[in-house]
Amino acid sequence: MSRNEGSLFQRLPVVSHLGKSVGLQRGMLVTGLVITALFLLTAALAPLISPYGFAQHFDSQLPPSGTHPWGTTSGGYDVLSRVVWGTQTAVIVIVVAVILSIFLGVALGLVSGYIGGWLDRILVVIADAIYAFPTLLLAIVMSIAISHGRSSMLGGIFAAAISITVVFIPQYFRVIRAETIRLKAEPFVESAMVVGASSVRIMARHIYKNATRTLPLIFTLNASEAILTLAGLGFLGFGIEPSSAAEWGYDLNKALSDTTAGIWWTGVFPGAAIVLTVLGLTLVGESMNDLNDPRLRGRRRAGRKLPPAPGTPGSNTVHTPGTETAGNGVTV
Amino acid sequence: MTTLIDAPPQEADGLLPTKKSRSGGGLGKYLVVRFFLIFPTIFILITLVFFLMRITGDPITAALGGRLPPDALQARIHAAGYDRPIWVQYFEYLGQIATGNFGRTISDNLKVTDMLATYGTATLELAINSLVVALIIGIPLGMVAAKYRDKWPDAVLRIFAILSYATPVFFAGLLLKLVFAVGLGWLPVAGRAKSGNEIALTSLANPTGIYWLDAIRSGNMGALGDVMAHAVLPAIALGLLTGGVFLRLVRTNVIGTLSKDYVEAGRSRGIREFRLVTKHAYKPALIPIITVMGLQIALLLGGAVLTETTFEWKGLGFQLAQYLTARDFVAVQGIVVLLAVIVALTNFIVDVIAALIDPRVRY
Repeated sequence: MSRNEGSLFQRLPVVSHLGKSVGLQRGMLVTGLVITALFLLTAALAPLISPYGFAQHFDSQLPPSGTHPWGTTSGGYDVLSRVVWGTQTAVIVIVVAVILSIFLGVALGLVSGYIGGWLDRILVVIADAIYAFPTLLLAIVMSIAISHGRSSMLGGIFAAAISITVVFIPQYFRVIRAETIRLKAEPFVESAMVVGASSVRIMARHIYKNATRTLPLIFTLNASEAILTLAGLGFLGFGIEPSSAAEWGYDLNKALSDTTAGIWWTGVFPGAAIVLTVLGLTLVGESMNDLNDPRLRGRRRAGRKLPPAPGTPGSNTVHTPGTETAGNGVTV
Repeated sequence: MTTLIDAPPQEADGLLPTKKSRSGGGLGKYLVVRFFLIFPTIFILITLVFFLMRITGDPITAALGGRLPPDALQARIHAAGYDRPIWVQYFEYLGQIATGNFGRTISDNLKVTDMLATYGTATLELAINSLVVALIIGIPLGMVAAKYRDKWPDAVLRIFAILSYATPVFFAGLLLKLVFAVGLGWLPVAGRAKSGNEIALTSLANPTGIYWLDAIRSGNMGALGDVMAHAVLPAIALGLLTGGVFLRLVRTNVIGTLSKDYVEAGRSRGIREFRLVTKHAYKPALIPIITVMGLQIALLLGGAVLTETTFEWKGLGFQLAQYLTARDFVAVQGIVVLLAVIVALTNFIVDVIAALIDPRVRY
């Protein structure tokens, strides 16, 4: 990115990616951006769009009609309103979860990578243990520990966000730590040390700025994972109470028993909302990842096919420790 | 669930002889060190879950709170030892685990080891079924996508892969149920078998717990058909999730190897494209594929919890949700220990395979 000449605007993460993309990849990126924009817009305008409140009661299991375009649930909620208000819950949870995990993950990664020694080893072992474990299970246990199974309005949202945070911290930790270790050996860090800059200053100014280049990408991908985790929590009944906030996973859980009676509208709409949102965010994250990696970047048809450069992983791709040893630059 | 682009989280640098002693050590030392890293992983997870579960309250209040007067409740909590300092309880628990004593579940008074064996086999069956589906979907389609890179089959398959990731297992399950079980009436809605068959299969001498295996062994073909019919929808729901991951994985790695010089050399010697993709490009791509597939075990286990709840498949995941609601520490910890062992062992085996195949890993 830094190689690009151009205004500040053209060097912004998403904008620069848009410029680099061609053909199918540009289509995917644009589709993703449009869906994500729709999602954010719905969340912002939920009070205007939604016909009713998310906790307003009507007769239960009414089929779609003029007054209830998407019908009502077994609990008597209006499905359309629940889906619309659900975007707001999703946005809040994503933002809180990802910001918390970036803060903690980046701080721990910087300190661990820069200071090294036994602290580093202990943190790495802990992060690896958490990383390897099924994330949803940890999130469930966390959410029970935080909210004791009962959740209030904001309490429920924060419990869900913090549960997701615990799962994400190791990911940010790994990426930032690996970058920090690499940057520590760079001449500009050494010269800062020679000049007598304090460790805190070196970490905060010199390393932090360089190590966080890949964060927009992880943010996008984690946002979609946060939605799935939130929905999973809600589906298993460890999420947010229906009267405190609209949450798609909870609605799907309740919709499950409707299916045997052939009632489709209670499940299909919230489910489709999850799929669409995750799809949008994933398309954006995915395209950015491919565009960062010269080997995966779509080639312009007019030009001669460029020979790929095996063994030289693109410096902008997300690398977790261990990829280098696999040798093949695995990007899943 | 795992992030899409996560590379295999093999051990971090600095911990293993991989980076430290480039000069020597070799395979033996690598394997020994790698093996002993299993224990801290399990230990950390046990500790984490132990303390988190204790924060949530005690199982006696969860089960009887509100129904007993506070002093009677307190007496029961005291009798069970839940009012002792948490450190005492923690070390007592570690001591018990070390001797292989996992205790009895609080909510339904089963031996934890028996509980794990009963429900574990159900989860194993689901995992095997869905893995078969995932491999059938992932490998051939991944090769097709790599072959037609940036053309329309690739575009369609990539969108399919992203969709399979974006669809939560329980929503996929719900749709499958709506269409094939309720709408068309082809397949059963939930469960592992009809109750008659279930009794017949579990009352066999030495049952394996994997129903289709038991049905074949006892020659009960009627039960086999029933078990298979019940297995289809859950296997597809969970298999789609992992299948999408495999598809992307195979695609990316085959694209990587397809552009290698030796493939070009093969092409110039007139080897057909089909053979180039399936033999020349696919085989070397297997190393990263195996590594990452092994790491999908966490995704599979997480997905199993949701799939089992969706289809009332009485496995570990289904039970885990029940035990968590009941604050059954003993049962939850038992399940977590088992899952931690499975995950740690799988990661170890994956690393060993990677080290055996690719000598660069161990130096």
